[in-house]
Amino acid sequence: MSTYDEAIKKYDPVLGLETHVELSTNSKMFCGCSTEFGAEPNTQTCPTCLGLPGSLPVANAIGIESTIRIGLALNCSIAAYSRFARKNYFYPDMPKDFQTSQYDEPLCSNGYLDVLVDTEDGTKPFRVEIERVHLEEDTGKLTHAGGTTGRIHGADYSLVDYNRAGIPLVEIVTKPVPDTGEYAPLVAKAYVTELRDLLRGLNVSDVRMEEGSLRCDVNLSLTPKGSKTWGTRTETKNVNSLRSVERAIKSEIERQSLELDKGNIIKQETRHFQEDTGTTRSGRSKEVAEEYRYFPEPDLVPIAPDKAWIEKLKKDLPEQPSIRRTRLAKEWNFTDLEMRDVATLGGVDLIADTIAQGTSPASARKWWAGELSGHASKAGVELIDLKITPTDIARIDALVNDGKLTDKLARQVIEAVLNSEGNPDEVIKKRNLSVVSDDSALIPAIEEAIAANPDAAAKIREGKVQVVGVIVGAVMKTTGGSADAAKVRELVLKTLGQ
Amino acid sequence: MSDLTKLSALELSSELTKGSVSAVEVTKAHLDRIDSLDKSVQSFLHVDKTGAIKQAEEVDKNRKENKKVSALAGVPLALKDVLTQQGVPTTCGSKILEGWIPPYDSTVVKKLKSAGIVILGKTNMDEFAMGSSTENSAYFPTKNPWDLTKIPGGSSGGSSAAVSAFFAPLAIGTDTGGSIRQPAAVTGIVGAKPSYGGVSRFGLVAFASSLDQAGPFARTVLDCAMLHEVMAGHDPLDSTSINQPVPDVVSAAKLQDVKGMKIGIIKELGGEGWQTGVLNRFNESVELLKSMGAQVKEISIPHSLYALATYYLIAPSEASSNLARFDGMRYGLRVDDGNFSAEEVMNKTREKGFGKEVKRRIMIGTYALSSGYYHAYYAQAQKVRALIAQDLTNAFKEVDVLISPTSPTTAWGLGERVNNPMAMYLADLATLPPSLAGIPAMSVPIGLADEDKLPVGLQIVAPFMNDDRMYRVGGAIEASLKTKWNGLLIDQAPALGGAK
Ligand SMILES: [Zn+2]
Repeated sequence: MSTYDEAIKKYDPVLGLETHVELSTNSKMFCGCSTEFGAEPNTQTCPTCLGLPGSLPVANAIGIESTIRIGLALNCSIAAYSRFARKNYFYPDMPKDFQTSQYDEPLCSNGYLDVLVDTEDGTKPFRVEIERVHLEEDTGKLTHAGGTTGRIHGADYSLVDYNRAGIPLVEIVTKPVPDTGEYAPLVAKAYVTELRDLLRGLNVSDVRMEEGSLRCDVNLSLTPKGSKTWGTRTETKNVNSLRSVERAIKSEIERQSLELDKGNIIKQETRHFQEDTGTTRSGRSKEVAEEYRYFPEPDLVPIAPDKAWIEKLKKDLPEQPSIRRTRLAKEWNFTDLEMRDVATLGGVDLIADTIAQGTSPASARKWWAGELSGHASKAGVELIDLKITPTDIARIDALVNDGKLTDKLARQVIEAVLNSEGNPDEVIKKRNLSVVSDDSALIPAIEEAIAANPDAAAKIREGKVQVVGVIVGAVMKTTGGSADAAKVRELVLKTLGQ
Repeated sequence: MSDLTKLSALELSSELTKGSVSAVEVTKAHLDRIDSLDKSVQSFLHVDKTGAIKQAEEVDKNRKENKKVSALAGVPLALKDVLTQQGVPTTCGSKILEGWIPPYDSTVVKKLKSAGIVILGKTNMDEFAMGSSTENSAYFPTKNPWDLTKIPGGSSGGSSAAVSAFFAPLAIGTDTGGSIRQPAAVTGIVGAKPSYGGVSRFGLVAFASSLDQAGPFARTVLDCAMLHEVMAGHDPLDSTSINQPVPDVVSAAKLQDVKGMKIGIIKELGGEGWQTGVLNRFNESVELLKSMGAQVKEISIPHSLYALATYYLIAPSEASSNLARFDGMRYGLRVDDGNFSAEEVMNKTREKGFGKEVKRRIMIGTYALSSGYYHAYYAQAQKVRALIAQDLTNAFKEVDVLISPTSPTTAWGLGERVNNPMAMYLADLATLPPSLAGIPAMSVPIGLADEDKLPVGLQIVAPFMNDDRMYRVGGAIEASLKTKWNGLLIDQAPALGGAK
């Protein structure tokens, strides 16, 4: 029996997820600076987000609205009175040495998100309860130069970029999720997937895990079967893809169970997920309770949202991703399983966008869930992160339907587009990939093939059309597979008087 | 032209408008006086001669070209070194900010500049506005122009000294628990703390965010009101700024009439422990107000007894967080031998850069906000703060304004209280309740104490965003005393000060 199965037999895992979402507002949370990703370090700063003496914050109304919309979409209650709080701690990535966050008066609380997981007994729903959704500001980004660890300790020097400081960040915290048993890793993955789609549907964030606009911390503890008290939990950070969410939990279940089996106790600590090994390594110990000296932010006024406004936001929420998927599955004629696969891959919107440009649902699914998901998993990224757009796919599909590309050539075009060689038409031109269906281009090749295979040619002239394959094969070989085989066949037969 | 430095802002304004004198001449006259006399007073941390003359030239040019200029254009002003002015050092009286040149103007400075008010320089203060004597400045103590062996009050002691020494007719201070009113009182001038949110805090280096408020100093109530009007108004850069019209303080200051006004004497502020000379002058003021037709009665603000304890939990708590950013990472002092870790740089910079009183308050605040003590201290203090505010709201159902002596004593000797923080804190006993309630209050001179011949101030407290009421009462008292004294109280100051 595997370590994992052993662990599940003896212990019940209790999950918890803390997700940070960078909002895609145009300006930062408390000043007017741009939030554009990828600018020169420290060019998107001002006295406020640099924490210069005398500067003051002004809350971004869109940031507050987006947070409330997220809360509503997660079935939360919206606080009639909410405040920002200062979380005080010293660190060079925080210009003020406190983070403007929320503490005991968050904007949204007590919601839930339902997810579906495939189990041995078929598809099963799990409810993940939401503790709170609150709004805070991001910190600056530190880069540690020199040293061997890549961490602040042991670095020769560190650089800080405050472009990220002050970007609105929404923190979504679940309540502890018990009773998921062996499905704990899948439930966690399904939750983050569903959350990502929900956020994308709300159009509040890019939700790109690799750019850090969606970050996930995973809490996990094990309870011996039959025990009523939960074990000590660890918090695993740096879990930056859907696959990692699943892997991190699985590995943490295995690690904790082995420790418990040995009679060791689980240390309350922060752990870091390592993408290469799929395991977690010990970070900062959390045994000493952290002292953040929270208190209400006196530089900002309390938020008391108007009830009618909240009702309006609620009314204007987009369709819930699960309801939308059911509707689309029907429209597209996908089975439940096909649709769930597409959803797990994060391909619903990609497929919808491809269909919107004229591709049939079946083809769109074939490209994204078949061809491209392979590329994504090989590259270890999400579908949406591939450097190819629904427009590209729709174009490729149209060329195949028009007989301008074979499936084989289409795959080559896709690879080239993924390699940033250009859009499909540019790639086809550059690589000279289009199907040779032009007769005049094929005739010399056909004549050459006939000359090289006199016996076969003679048999065809006599009416033994079955041997035409020999000559077609030869033509295909000389044209490097770029010819349309049906067309070649037709021309060979015509040339030989059939 | 007689000595330009002895004129009020209003008088200077009228001379400048007439064209009998230029802004450059006015500015130079004040700079010359600072040059020759500030050695003994030490009210300025930084005199910006070049900048001031440039500003004055600009005003003269605008007047010559008949461009519309504000009433106070060309009038010089001293700015407390806690407000940022682009390109001019801002230290907050601390070594930790030595050498920092702000890249931006505070909203107050922006307003001063656009009114054509000439900023002469930055005035001394208790480090990060923590203190009541200006002895906590990391640079040097400022002296009281009435008696150079006495303190000028604090924390805005540089500004009060500059105005009372005739270095400038106007000055800006900030008041967190009395830092404008108490210095005004002990130097015999006028100082006002506007309603919280009445003046933008953008660019005011924070001590205690929920209490800090910038305000004007002047030698007359009307000058003070004119500066108040320039500084005040809604600012979208300050979330706590009030989006309401500025109370008409200038008209109120000119009214000189309190007939029919209901005035309450705060019962708890006075009596035992208060200097006799202070109480004598206060009682005379009460009689004066009655004689001018005001109805005066005693009113109890029961929770004001807890104001000191409340203030010394809330202000240090906020300060402990506000002052965290001074860590040597981005600006100001940095203690680093090249091998220190980030944490060591932070610790050593703060250890070296902050003075004793600042460290004391950071420690008190850090303690009060700690998770085990938050509810017993910080949260409890906020509840008492609400009760004090409620007491004052209730009082204003019965009276139009409240009065008390501004400070329990006159100016004390330099060095007398430096080792006794409690004695120092008591100087703010009367000024704390309005600060905690966020309501406006001012101090006007009402005479000299019998014992030491030093100035005594009367505190006038008004309801939230009714700042005009205190100017009305202040203006009336000033007018009446001016007749009695044949001039302002400040004109009675010894050699360095008045002596026309
Ligand atoms: Zn900014």
